[in-house]
Amino acid sequence: MNKLILPAAPALLTRKAWTAFLVCLLAVGVLAPMLNLLVPAGSALHLSDYAIALIGKIMCYAICALAMDLIWGYTGILSLGHGLFFALGGYVMGMYLMRQIGRDGQYQSDLPDFMVFLDWKELPWHWLLSGSFAATLVLVVLVPGLIAAVFGFFAFRSRIKGVYFSIITQAMTFAAMLLFFRNETGFGGNNGFTDFKRILGMPLATPGMRMTLFVLTGMTLLGFFLFARWLVTSKYGRVLQAIRDAESRVMFSGYSPLPYKLSIWVISAVMCAVAGALYVPQVGIINPGEMSAANSIEIAVWAAVGGRATLVGPIVGAFLVNGAKSWLTVTAPEFWLYFLGALFIVVTLYLPNGVVGLLDKFKRKGGAA
Amino acid sequence: MTPDLMKQGAERVQHHAELLASATASGGRDAGYGRVLQDRTEVDVSHGRILYLEDVSVSFDGFKAINKLSLDIAPGELRCIIGPNGAGKTTMMDIITGKTRPDEGTVYFGSTIDLLRHNEPEIAQLGIGRKFQKPTVFEQLTVFENLELALKTNKGVKASMFFKLDSAQSDRLAEVLHTIHLAEQVGTLAGVLSHGQKQWLEIGMLLMQDPKLLLLDEPVAGMTDHETERTAELFLSLKGKHSLMVVEHDMGFIRTISDIVTVLCDGAVLAQGTLDQVQADERVIEVYLGR
Repeated sequence: MNKLILPAAPALLTRKAWTAFLVCLLAVGVLAPMLNLLVPAGSALHLSDYAIALIGKIMCYAICALAMDLIWGYTGILSLGHGLFFALGGYVMGMYLMRQIGRDGQYQSDLPDFMVFLDWKELPWHWLLSGSFAATLVLVVLVPGLIAAVFGFFAFRSRIKGVYFSIITQAMTFAAMLLFFRNETGFGGNNGFTDFKRILGMPLATPGMRMTLFVLTGMTLLGFFLFARWLVTSKYGRVLQAIRDAESRVMFSGYSPLPYKLSIWVISAVMCAVAGALYVPQVGIINPGEMSAANSIEIAVWAAVGGRATLVGPIVGAFLVNGAKSWLTVTAPEFWLYFLGALFIVVTLYLPNGVVGLLDKFKRKGGAA
Repeated sequence: MTPDLMKQGAERVQHHAELLASATASGGRDAGYGRVLQDRTEVDVSHGRILYLEDVSVSFDGFKAINKLSLDIAPGELRCIIGPNGAGKTTMMDIITGKTRPDEGTVYFGSTIDLLRHNEPEIAQLGIGRKFQKPTVFEQLTVFENLELALKTNKGVKASMFFKLDSAQSDRLAEVLHTIHLAEQVGTLAGVLSHGQKQWLEIGMLLMQDPKLLLLDEPVAGMTDHETERTAELFLSLKGKHSLMVVEHDMGFIRTISDIVTVLCDGAVLAQGTLDQVQADERVIEVYLGR
């Protein structure tokens, strides 16, 4: 028998990819702060506050797209309810920011303004931990994680699949939106939370704090990317892809799909929740609109445009679609929805592997010629 | 209570404790009630049967797909199952592997494991491998990755995250690659293999699981004559080490590999014997040719 050379385990990143990763890291962690804070506003190299706010926001979206890629691209489970986890993470952070306002609100009360307005005398039970930043960080992960775990357990145990699962997730986020719209649930009703003043006792609306949040978001995105990459290059990731391609074969190979689906579902939900918690202090508002069906669908669009099951693709997709959105809604607001629709048709018909898939194709053609 | 009785009682308790502590070949002295006793990886075949079906029935919307089917297979046996379309061959495999629950009857793996109490992944881990009628491989993964996934090992989430192929496992993988003649395609995506190669890859995945019983549903469908010949050689080499149940329509292939052939018809065993015997059977000729 000839000695057979078995393929080596895939590397976390190739040398080239590591270089690109470091460039991104430097761009977010060093270059952007320098161009924004140190270069004077008149200079051509100055990065405006508007650009920082926009990129910071899109990086939060990119985390969602990355999370969507894990569950949809790799495991083949299309969730149309990820906006809920994003919003829940945002709400947990929002509650903390509301408490940080202290007595500086309209009514100069210890209670958040909307509670005074509703004539509530004390904090409801689910606000008790919102005063502590440490507890908030834990709850950002725990609350959406638990909800995802319970929902996922019952859905996956009942072997709900495909479009049925997508519809149920959509119903889930819609139901949550209706719940959060109500004043008596204690989440500020349709106004949600806004008018934040400070975080950890420091004012929010300073260039330094904006930049801190920006860098933090960028680091989180890059960290999550490495984590996701580690997941999909492990055997665990290959089992996920196997579940996507032939679930019955996975079962008859001795794997129980339930813990695999449930774990990646919860991981994906928690990623979205963290993105939501980073998003709220940057944009300064959270309301039940974030749980609308359209928001969740948009996350899937970003992933599809960029290219499913590539990890880089959905991040690129989030930047492309949202970049186009912020540009078009300013220059030609009436065309934005047409553009989104056309984009979706083009991607579905001609780019099943998204933008990244297209680039790969060119690269391979170039390599062959 | 007299001291005598107390002493006797104490002796009985101690005797019972000794019995419990002593290991026995049949798997302990506790009543089994069909539960898997002690070592789940060992199938008790001391009664000469690795698979045992008795009076199994299942119906779909009133149609009796399996009708009081009884069948058993000996360790190391290669059993061929034939029968006209709709005879219940695939349904029988669905029942054995936990995909379908029968309405009544018993299905035992060895003499202690009640298969009706287990689901598909558990049955696979107990040592029953199954090849589907339509070749089912992970098309987006390479041949190597397909085999690696099937490898017999801890299949929990955490174990998979930190899994590293050790050298014994690599050797096993290389051995199977040679057995299924796919050594040159080791890095190829399974989706681009030919139909016959996919069939082989699926058989290879079964071998990686190291099952005690292999259920093979039409393993040579779509293979060239040459490939069929090699498959026959492979099955004959597996016989004795593993038990095999092969469903096929290719009579030439069955003639090459079979000892005993079971003919299924309308969800029950119609005839059983060597291929010549069953082919001479009036009833078999009738169901195959009609009147």
